[in-house]
Amino acid sequence: MKFTEEHEWLRVEGDLVVVGITEHASEQLGDVVFVELPETETKVATGDEVCVIESVKAASDILAPVDGEIVEVNEALSDNPGLVNEDPLGGAWFFKMKVEDMEQLDAFMDEDAYKEFIG
Amino acid sequence: MTDLKRTGLYDLHVELGAKMVPFAGYEMPVQYPLGVLKEHLHTRAAAGLFDVSHMGQVLVPLDQIDALEALVPVSVAGLKPGRQRYAFFTNDAGGILDDLMITHLGDTLMLVVNAACKDADIAHLQAHLSGVQPLPDRSLLALQGPQAEEALASLLPGVAKLEFMGVDRFQWDGADLVISRSGYTGEDGYEISVPTVRVDELARALLAHPAVEAIGLGARDSLRLESGLCLYGHDIDTTTSPVEAGLSWAIQKIRRKGGAREGGFPGAARILAELENGPARLRRGLKPEGRAPMREGVEIFAGPEGGAPIGTVTSGGFGPSIEGPMAMAYLPADLPVGATVYGEVRGKRLPATIVPMPFNPHSYKR
Repeated sequence: MKFTEEHEWLRVEGDLVVVGITEHASEQLGDVVFVELPETETKVATGDEVCVIESVKAASDILAPVDGEIVEVNEALSDNPGLVNEDPLGGAWFFKMKVEDMEQLDAFMDEDAYKEFIG
Repeated sequence: MTDLKRTGLYDLHVELGAKMVPFAGYEMPVQYPLGVLKEHLHTRAAAGLFDVSHMGQVLVPLDQIDALEALVPVSVAGLKPGRQRYAFFTNDAGGILDDLMITHLGDTLMLVVNAACKDADIAHLQAHLSGVQPLPDRSLLALQGPQAEEALASLLPGVAKLEFMGVDRFQWDGADLVISRSGYTGEDGYEISVPTVRVDELARALLAHPAVEAIGLGARDSLRLESGLCLYGHDIDTTTSPVEAGLSWAIQKIRRKGGAREGGFPGAARILAELENGPARLRRGLKPEGRAPMREGVEIFAGPEGGAPIGTVTSGGFGPSIEGPMAMAYLPADLPVGATVYGEVRGKRLPATIVPMPFNPHSYKR
């Protein structure tokens, strides 16, 4: 698993990259009450705002971590946004991307580096 | 955060694992490890303890009752001993300088004002009244929820007989308390004024009751919003009149046109005229469709496309008890309950219905 400075995790699943947010991020957000998911078959570039997460405190964005195409979204989050707090690293994945250049992932942190990053 | 003030419960908040944030010049707990959602639901299901010591407490001598009445559109002279009343200081333009509670303790009046306004309020009082005595050495706790009575009565059995907006003095282990049956959550509950030297001890005694959890400012905000209650500086301020704010219920007949003590408060011309003829705009409750919250600042439109905004959200968020988003906004008064309006969230116009408030029913003990 790889981690971004925006507190997202990326897991490679065949030729897809699954994206979610870290436990640290979900704790910082507080109780999540609404998730706005992207449309599938959307081409995105690194840094594009892809999802919106609303917690009891505020709204925040999930950015596309790499260039690619959104091919699947986790509809379970629409009905049960609290999953983001309950199971951020598992059941609460946000979307799957088709990524042409998997080497883009090499630049991200591994778990140890991320742990150091969040102190 | 060195210039921020701390309440007498600062050490307890830290010990309980609270996340501290700056609020109205104080370092205050926004949430505890339970989290905003569960703190909110716990308060509605059992009892929540809130530190509201940042609020201002002020004594006003009884012989100043008429002078105080001249600052608010509320019948203060008609307030009976042992009773509390909601009021607001108005300005000459009919706007609201602050909202407050006025308590008649039999031998004195006691006011509770908002933290962010307290210096200005005290100056305002001192400019018009004599003998005004701020109480900087007293703290304020709120114990709210269906088990608040049981929890507080376990320390002070006498509190059970207080009714909503009733107030009395109590002795707790040598400490002088002033307790009112009131609050800011829509639940039954109490506000407890206690000397700051004893507040830590009292808070710990209350938290020792199995029904009681410490609750932060985050849940305080969602609880008051679900209950349709105004937050000063957001839903009411110097640009909003009490009538526009839907607070006419707090203006007794005796201060209105034709009443025995008609007018005689700052901004009376506008406020009395609005009571007679209706205001141009009104604070309304909005129920957004779907789950996306419409937060403070979201602009409201009459239609799904085009047109100029007809209002702005003053408070909005997610209501844990109503399990959905809710908002308040000032809207043209001729728009009826049930009308659909549109809030622009991230560039998209989302429909919302005008609904009566409170969003979550009150459960006061009357």
